[in-house]
Amino acid sequence: MLHILTDLFFVIVATIWDVLPIALIIFGFQLFILRKPIPNLKRILTGFVLVLLGLGFFLEGLQAALFPLGKLMAQQLTDPVFILGDDAPHVLQWWEYQWVYLFAFAIGFSTTIAEPSLLAVAIKANQVSAGSIGVWGLRIAVAIGVAIGIALGVYRIVTGTPLYWYIITGYVFVLIQTMFAPRMIIALAYDSGGVTTSTVTVPLVAALGLGLASTVPGRNPLLDGFGLIAFASLFPIMSVLAYAQLSEWQTRRSTKARNP
Amino acid sequence: MKSLKAIWSALFDSLRDLLPIIVVIGFFQLAVLQQPIPNFGEIAIGIVFVVIGLTLFVQGLNMGLFPIGETMAYSFASKGSLFWLLCFAFALGFGTTIAEPALIAVADEAALVAANGGMIENSKQSMASYANGLRVTVAMSVGFAIVLGVFRIIKGWPIQYLIVVGYSGVVIMTIFAPKEIIGIAYDSGGVTTSTITVPLVTALGVGLASSIKGRNPMVDGFGLIAFASLTPMIFVMGYGMVV
Repeated sequence: MLHILTDLFFVIVATIWDVLPIALIIFGFQLFILRKPIPNLKRILTGFVLVLLGLGFFLEGLQAALFPLGKLMAQQLTDPVFILGDDAPHVLQWWEYQWVYLFAFAIGFSTTIAEPSLLAVAIKANQVSAGSIGVWGLRIAVAIGVAIGIALGVYRIVTGTPLYWYIITGYVFVLIQTMFAPRMIIALAYDSGGVTTSTVTVPLVAALGLGLASTVPGRNPLLDGFGLIAFASLFPIMSVLAYAQLSEWQTRRSTKARNP
Repeated sequence: MKSLKAIWSALFDSLRDLLPIIVVIGFFQLAVLQQPIPNFGEIAIGIVFVVIGLTLFVQGLNMGLFPIGETMAYSFASKGSLFWLLCFAFALGFGTTIAEPALIAVADEAALVAANGGMIENSKQSMASYANGLRVTVAMSVGFAIVLGVFRIIKGWPIQYLIVVGYSGVVIMTIFAPKEIIGIAYDSGGVTTSTITVPLVTALGVGLASSIKGRNPMVDGFGLIAFASLTPMIFVMGYGMVV
């Protein structure tokens, strides 16, 4: 119990170091360039302190509770001994990794739902769109994208196919979708690629990639362990564009049904 | 009484956000791996911490990060100095990225890959300088991305044209970059945008788009993060080719 509290203290100190350059830039520009007092300064400073404390608790809680178990789990699930089970030893085929794919999908989805930066963007998008983009709708769309992306990324590590095939195909797909998507969603969809991969997703996903690349024969962890994050930032773009297209199509269909 | 109720409902929201992870980890541990949950007490405390942390973060977001980002966007727009706005954009992108812990970790690993692949000398010193160079490269590229993104909001250019150019850049660089760097380069796009940067930059973009006449915050305000995750890929592959 005590070591959790001391760890918490160190995590908060580390977070202060992360925030310091940002605070210096903001207050420096405000004081020397804009030369205007900040309205509601007290409230804003309280907000900064809350963000600091919040991130501190959040990170320490993850490190104490979920990361060790999640990382251990990624190692155990990718271990050939577990995958073989009671079968006679043989060269593993890609379909025998079914639990790993399922884990990749589930962990991608669930960590994205808990990702604070995605929550921030969803709250903002909800405010700006006057409620027409739902906080949960966007988060679930992004989470499905990350889940598919990471499952596919795991398949790529197992089969050892080159990363750029997938990424370049993904780009072409995104560009085609962009031509047909409603205009107001495009920028938000592109943004949702970048926000998914932060504090919660990256450590667990990196552990999964590294575990797989070191147990699948013929893979080099240093070369093949990378790339899952790239999948997790590409696929949400597609899923958010698809979500917007679907909801537009649904609205059009229901208005058609009302005035035939 | 009312505020107490608000705190409860905020805590409940955070718990609901966390629930999927708990279910996934619990299911795989108990049903698939068929092992007991170790250190149950510690895990319970950790989950309480995560819930408290997420609740405080969302409170602070609405009180601090969102308002300051928007206030600065309005002040820059009313001051009318493009030069200082772009300086601020660069400083924000560069400053938030250079200290990013995820980036430091990725840069160190990249140096290891480069040393193993024989691209640089296999010594501590040359690896440290490679990792440092990479960090500065990524931070510069994020600074550049925010400048470009802010400029786009002011001009009202459609985002997809710039994205097409960026994607083409990634594809062309992939052809020429050393094979070892490609995976790291693709990943570096995702790690640059931290939990504090994202709300600030989003508020800045939306604030700018709503204070400039003729811009729609929904169409024009978003997109800064997209640039910040695209340019590092191009810059890192460039770095891999030059060094």
